[in-house]
Amino acid sequence: MKTNWDVIVVGGGPAGSMAALESAKDGASVLMLEKDREIGVPVRCAEGVGVESLKKLVKVDEKWVKTKIDKIDIISPDNTSVKVKFEKKDYGYILDRRIFDNDLALLASQSGVTVKTKSYVHGLTFSDDGFVNGVKANILGKELILNSKIVIGADGVESRIGRFAGLKTALKMCDIGSGIQAVVSGINIDPNTMQFYVGDKYAPGGYLWIFPKGKDIANIGLGILGDRCDSGKPKEKLDNFLDKYFPNCSILNYTAGGIPLTKTLDKIVTNGLVLIGDAAHTANPMTGGGILSGMRNGKIAGRRVAEAIEKNDLSESFLKQYEKDWHKADGKNHERLYKIKNFIVSLTDDDFNHIAKKVSAIPIEKRSVVKVFKIVAWRKPSLILDIIKVF
Amino acid sequence: MIDINEKLCDYCGTCVSVCPVDCIELFEAKIEIDNDKCIDCNLCVKICPLGALEVNDEN
Repeated sequence: MKTNWDVIVVGGGPAGSMAALESAKDGASVLMLEKDREIGVPVRCAEGVGVESLKKLVKVDEKWVKTKIDKIDIISPDNTSVKVKFEKKDYGYILDRRIFDNDLALLASQSGVTVKTKSYVHGLTFSDDGFVNGVKANILGKELILNSKIVIGADGVESRIGRFAGLKTALKMCDIGSGIQAVVSGINIDPNTMQFYVGDKYAPGGYLWIFPKGKDIANIGLGILGDRCDSGKPKEKLDNFLDKYFPNCSILNYTAGGIPLTKTLDKIVTNGLVLIGDAAHTANPMTGGGILSGMRNGKIAGRRVAEAIEKNDLSESFLKQYEKDWHKADGKNHERLYKIKNFIVSLTDDDFNHIAKKVSAIPIEKRSVVKVFKIVAWRKPSLILDIIKVF
Repeated sequence: MIDINEKLCDYCGTCVSVCPVDCIELFEAKIEIDNDKCIDCNLCVKICPLGALEVNDEN
């Protein structure tokens, strides 16, 4: 196997594939390494994305799409249901990420990227002047040192590549969701409605989701905020929910995972290295959704990496342009969303019940963000102060 | 010391994400904790979605 590359991408998720694809566009040699045996598996994700945002990133193949979402239903702890119909521009898809992730890696390989699975990176190499210049990896059972001009860390929420280079990537307990999800079948649900159960009753500091993948199958999962989590609590809460609401369901898949719920890391580049996607904490801090923001982030990073290779400038100061591009695209907005998340997690079950009752009294076609905001502000006057600080 | 219950562990890496001293190594279907590096903060135990990690006080 070739040992010298322009770019090595560690991690074969959507962010990694987008960055690999983009950085290979001007002819750089790019290697993408995935630790698991198959791209896209296991699926540690609820698989929801916005249609319009996805279309801006990639030509959508219908076989990625399980269902189209045009409504959400938010259920408070006392079971008050608040349904909201989306405008067309806000429609969503529930994807099949097993196929989606695989196809993105395939697109990357068709653009000249070399992809390898069962390839575990356990260290970085450095030049005499401290630049990251390669990885130590076990590729299909062989220990290898591979040289690169730039390493892209797309290794997900664990984000160890960054730590190998001295970046502080560990998540604080107040900034991570402890997540669990089952793919549940043998149930009867509306295939076009996403359901969210809120409050401590279901998921302290987070929410429980039902994302339909058909009329009789759904991703059902929940995330509990780290500082309100105890060992095994997410599993216990999910198992109780399924026992109560879907006692005879089948469970086709059961996975766990951490969800970054925070602002983008302060430092996502260093000499010879950039971090992207969940590894850089680019998921939406309010919802935990990380597919699209990770893809956008990967694309932005890949473009600057291609430039860096072309100009042969691998320095932190050059790569910092990616940090700036990202801040403009999503990063700044995530700072606002992070503040809103911190407000939402301060709401009690009583607050949620009160707000849900008031909102459900408004006819569905007249529900708007402004009206909901007014109700919340009456309940929690401190919100007005918080919002002023945000905007 | 932390004990790993392999029957429960899903190798999801949530523990790795919060470890302040990066002492957990995660493979496709194996995790290893470096007890020499571990500072007994037990954040990994608290965050585990599946309850697969346990504090072992015997030593």
